[in-house]
Amino acid sequence: MANKLIVSLSPHVHSGDSVQKNMYGVIIALLPALLVSFYMFGLGAVVVTLTSVAACVFFEWAITKFILKREACTICDGSAALTGLLLAFNLPSNLPLWIIIIGALFAIGVGKMTFGGLGCNPFNPALVGRIFLLISFPVQMTSWPTVQQWTAYTDAETGATPLALMKMAVNGDTTALSQLPDTMSLFLGNNPGCIGEVSALALLLGLAYMLWKKIISWHIPVSILATVFVFAGLLNLIDPVAYASPLAHLFTGGLMLGAIFMATDYVTSPMTHKGMIIYGVAIGFLTVVIRNFGAYPEGMSFAIFIMNAFTPLINTYCKPKRFGEVKK
Amino acid sequence: MKTFRIGGVHPAENKLSAGKAIETLALPKQAVFPLSQHIGAPATAIVKKGDVVKVGTKIAEAGGFVSAAIFSSVSGKVNKVDSIIDASGYRKPAIFIDVDGDEWEETIDRSTTLVKECNLKPEEIVAKIKDAGVVGMGGACFPTHVKLSPPPGCKAECVIINAVECEPYLTADHRLMLEKADEILVGVSILMKAVNVTKGYIGIENNKPDAIKLMTEKAAQYSNIEIVPLKVKYPQGGEKQLIDAVIARQVPAPPAIPINVGAVVQNVGTAYAVYEAVQKNKPLFERVVTVTGKSVKNPSNFLTRMGTPMSQLIEAAGGLPEDTGKVIGGGPMMGKALLNTEVPICKGSSGVLLMNDKEAARAAESPCIRCAKCVSVCPMGLEPFLLATLSAKKDWERVEKEDVMSCIECGSCQFTCPSHRYLLDYIRLGKGTVGGIIRARNAKK
Repeated sequence: MANKLIVSLSPHVHSGDSVQKNMYGVIIALLPALLVSFYMFGLGAVVVTLTSVAACVFFEWAITKFILKREACTICDGSAALTGLLLAFNLPSNLPLWIIIIGALFAIGVGKMTFGGLGCNPFNPALVGRIFLLISFPVQMTSWPTVQQWTAYTDAETGATPLALMKMAVNGDTTALSQLPDTMSLFLGNNPGCIGEVSALALLLGLAYMLWKKIISWHIPVSILATVFVFAGLLNLIDPVAYASPLAHLFTGGLMLGAIFMATDYVTSPMTHKGMIIYGVAIGFLTVVIRNFGAYPEGMSFAIFIMNAFTPLINTYCKPKRFGEVKK
Repeated sequence: MKTFRIGGVHPAENKLSAGKAIETLALPKQAVFPLSQHIGAPATAIVKKGDVVKVGTKIAEAGGFVSAAIFSSVSGKVNKVDSIIDASGYRKPAIFIDVDGDEWEETIDRSTTLVKECNLKPEEIVAKIKDAGVVGMGGACFPTHVKLSPPPGCKAECVIINAVECEPYLTADHRLMLEKADEILVGVSILMKAVNVTKGYIGIENNKPDAIKLMTEKAAQYSNIEIVPLKVKYPQGGEKQLIDAVIARQVPAPPAIPINVGAVVQNVGTAYAVYEAVQKNKPLFERVVTVTGKSVKNPSNFLTRMGTPMSQLIEAAGGLPEDTGKVIGGGPMMGKALLNTEVPICKGSSGVLLMNDKEAARAAESPCIRCAKCVSVCPMGLEPFLLATLSAKKDWERVEKEDVMSCIECGSCQFTCPSHRYLLDYIRLGKGTVGGIIRARNAKK
């Protein structure tokens, strides 16, 4: 008996939390938005999502096995599937298969595995894939099908997104903002856009789930949304004809998706609550700047990407408040 | 409800033996007394082979100011002064006594009548506590008389009694409060008198409503002792966390100690030991020990003589379960895994926890996903992931700069880590190494 006792250091119990639980938890939180996307974009959404997830999981498996030659298989941890899902959510529903597969290869291959796999990547892999595609295939990546063409895929009719209208307003088109759908339909997701980004409501449900399950803390999403609301609100007060209302900014484009699911990626966001707030405020600010004054109508991806690069710096300077620390 | 302000976790409580009254365990055949069962210098043996001792006979003298005397818990003959593997896993010098009968020293008052009156002066109280070998009963085993002798320039303002028992499974303090409430309260008032303060608090976690109710009723006759119910959160029994929870003051980083914010913290078991030492002339040679675990037949609380081998307690609780994979001295969060079950009960043994094969095995580590959960739960406001990484890289300079010495080794980070990383193993390595570097630096000055 005595010779088979395990001797290890404390603690001897564990909370039972695991990487899988967190990854699958995020995937569950994405389900409402996924269902809305199937309803809004039909067949196209199904094809793009399945392709992206399958391709990301395949590339992670293949790279781990044949290039890194690692024994342990990491696809079961759910992170590759999550990357695939998030990448799909950032693509239009009429994107051809081969472009999706290239995006998945870049996201997993360059964005993640090059740096050593899960936990080592400086940038959010799904975002790396999306930005690569946006720059490489600007035409395909910026023509969005209008909603509810259930059986259409690459042949779907496309339409202008609310963000495009908002950009036109900034550039001097005084009637553009009046063509925006009403706030309620923006909130529900009844407008053209990337697969997973259209419904603010569904994404907020996901946020509530993740907060409830303590998968993420409120600091990043709330600071991003609050900053966008305040900054866009100020611009709107200055010139309501050129600058859209803060609610229109919150409910359009990738803002909700980015704030709730992309910016909160564990690996690439800061480690302390103070740091998270700085990171969130900076993302919110950069997004509004790019949307209104940049070359692209959407600034969320770039804002997160830029702040990912600052995360190590934020971690170096934002320490948690130590117990018993006295303010100097 | 009050609690400490930074971090914390809530492990499954598993207080299996909470409803079991304290039973007196039979005497062992042989009792073993390691000479080093407290923080500080080991005690010096003052008996030799063949000496006859009684229950309560001093068998080892304190080895310095920060040290404590050791008393025999049995009557009989000294078999040998040798060594034994204790709860730390190291072989330590120890006195072995063969038990013969149960004859007590005459000076000990064995009656159960409550003695409330105490007319001793503070220094007389402290001397009596020192002479009885009383140490902190919560597990750290810091000699009690040292804590009751504030360094020059420091003034105690209150006594805080730690009745939190935040470790899962353990119920020894809980049962002691239910069965010895009056004695504990007298002990608390003696401690208050010893450090000359007029305010005493007893912090009890809210998962012991019966103890809170009983202690509140009994404390009504003491105008200056307040029962403070606390929200259940680990590691509330940490000295610094408890002070923060009860009086909302934070002890600064080491080398500062609780007395720097005016607090003297004592465990509830210590308060009882102080009562027995001062009012009943009874040195510290027995304590309540919880024997528990999911596969244990009868999880129990035993009043146990020091030196009893843990195997005897396990036997009394229904025997060692087939599937035992790990034997822990103490609770699951901070207890020590034992090499065998012959380890004797010492002054700081609050429990014996048996874990089955499945619970005992550690999960494999996976890469850090930088989720920052360890940072959120650290009750000291540290960054466990960073300390562990820097320790693994042996970058001691940065480990020190990142305040590793503030770590209280509560294990909340490792408990929470979704990647099952062995954070505290590395942090302990860092803390131990940096501690050595600091001592060497101070010695040079």
